[in-house]
Amino acid sequence: MSTQALPRFRPPSVLLVGGVILALVMTACLIGTIWTPFDPTVFSARNRLQAPGPLHPFGTDEFGRDVLSRVLAGGYLSLATGAGAMAISLVVGVPLGLLAAFHRGWTDQAIMRGVDLLISLPPVLLGLLVLAVTPPSLLKTIAVVGLVYVPILVRLTRALALGLLEEEFVQAARARGEGALPILWHEVLPNAWPPIIVECGLRVTFAILLGSALSFLGLGPQPPASEWGLMIAGGRDFLTQAPWICLAPGLCLCLLLVSVNLVGEGLRERLDPHHG
Amino acid sequence: MASFVLQRLLGVVGVMLGMSVLIFAIVHLLPGNVAYAILGEYATPTAVAALEAKLGLNDPLALQYWHWLSGMLRGDFGDSVVMSRPAAALIGEALGRSALLAVPALLLVAFGGVALGLHAATHKGSVADHALTLGQFVLIAIPEFFWAIVAVLLFASVLHWLPATGYAPMAEAGVLGWAAHLVLPVMVLSLGLLAHISRLTRSSLLDVLASRYVLAARARGLPERRVLWRHAVPNALMPAITVLAIDAGLLIGGIVVVETVFAFPGLGRMLVYAIDHHDLPLLQAGMMVVTAIYACANLIADLLYAVLNPRIRVASTV
Repeated sequence: MSTQALPRFRPPSVLLVGGVILALVMTACLIGTIWTPFDPTVFSARNRLQAPGPLHPFGTDEFGRDVLSRVLAGGYLSLATGAGAMAISLVVGVPLGLLAAFHRGWTDQAIMRGVDLLISLPPVLLGLLVLAVTPPSLLKTIAVVGLVYVPILVRLTRALALGLLEEEFVQAARARGEGALPILWHEVLPNAWPPIIVECGLRVTFAILLGSALSFLGLGPQPPASEWGLMIAGGRDFLTQAPWICLAPGLCLCLLLVSVNLVGEGLRERLDPHHG
Repeated sequence: MASFVLQRLLGVVGVMLGMSVLIFAIVHLLPGNVAYAILGEYATPTAVAALEAKLGLNDPLALQYWHWLSGMLRGDFGDSVVMSRPAAALIGEALGRSALLAVPALLLVAFGGVALGLHAATHKGSVADHALTLGQFVLIAIPEFFWAIVAVLLFASVLHWLPATGYAPMAEAGVLGWAAHLVLPVMVLSLGLLAHISRLTRSSLLDVLASRYVLAARARGLPERRVLWRHAVPNALMPAITVLAIDAGLLIGGIVVVETVFAFPGLGRMLVYAIDHHDLPLLQAGMMVVTAIYACANLIADLLYAVLNPRIRVASTV
């Protein structure tokens, strides 16, 4: 409540600033999937470890590949992780939360104990465990990161729905004899969306972070993919000779995360009156 | 209070049991042959069969699970198949070294984060407050592994102040050499969480300072110092304690990444090693130990919260 009264040193529209940066980053990543200045996977022995210059603005890596091209070509992987993971946790988490709130009793107990169990494993470890025993791939990373945030969305949706189910308009729908699905879909869900969107907006940052951390550990997309976390892991051996191999994807990742975070905070200011 | 403690303890036991089933199921039901992983792809079928028999991989799953669980209850965590040593000993050593990173980092986050947050809230609108808000915003959004790379580049490659990676035992490197290897990992591990806790403490104290009981205390003419420390701060710290427990989970995840970047021989790096070498007994045992630590951290936070919060303390005795 009190934070509402704070004088902000940031420009008032956090959403706009974050949105513009995010749009630029996304556009660059989308262009990178169809066109890059150089082929991001072709080796060139003559051009190994070249410092940034006019021809290669971000330099070249240990195989002579253009770092800018690789950064552009790999960006969509981080975007896909963030968006895909959120989509999975929404699609799984929200219905489970609604179900738990509506049926209470046995269903509620089963769902919530499962959630307690999932939450009792630190996020990175849940990823390690699943990706350890099966060969890693982009889709698995997305699924695992999505799974990590399912419990949070189940708890949030359930709490929201429990409150809304007591409201008079829901009682009215019950009195009209509507079933579980119409009540949840038409009465509860539309009123529960804003806090859920806010939560997702704030979680996307962490989803992208977790995805890139898993890739960094070798548990995400495999070479020659140029996922940014993976690029940073690969460039570590050349950190002193050619720091740009790590710094270029690292700074891009930071730019993406800061802009996503700005959008998340902006959405919260816009949609959640309690936290302004 | 006693029933509250008992209830939470039972909860921890339940979570550990559930976790053991989950970990066992994931490791054993997903494809991947342990014996082939150990012997290599050119292993003869006889050798594979012999090893599978030795490891008990032909027993029914329920029996294997029971052997594993009952072994752990006796303190036998199985043997690492790659290093041919008891997993308990390996984990013990690695855990001790991880604690060298985790304990200072957690103390730094708990005390430093709260102190920074309180300072920012009591000096709202000052330059320090603005700087802190900006710092928090940037720090929360930047991955640990990238901080680690930047820190290594700056302090090891450019300035040559600190060693880039590794760990030096105190007996070999002396106290200074030992401590020098801990500085960068602890710093990288704490920064993000420090931002998290200080941000939370700040907003929590601001909320409390705007409350009616603080207004009442001020209206009674109490000195501001007393209002702050007796009335506002204890209440403002409640959410920070809950979040510290959540942060313990982030810290465990962070340790895996940080130990990998700094080639620090702790528990996190051991888990990654176990994954890379398909050392499933070591992986299972390590996961159980980490889960237990996390469950204990949550238990401690719950109990601390109850001790500090009279509503829970009193309500649970009724």
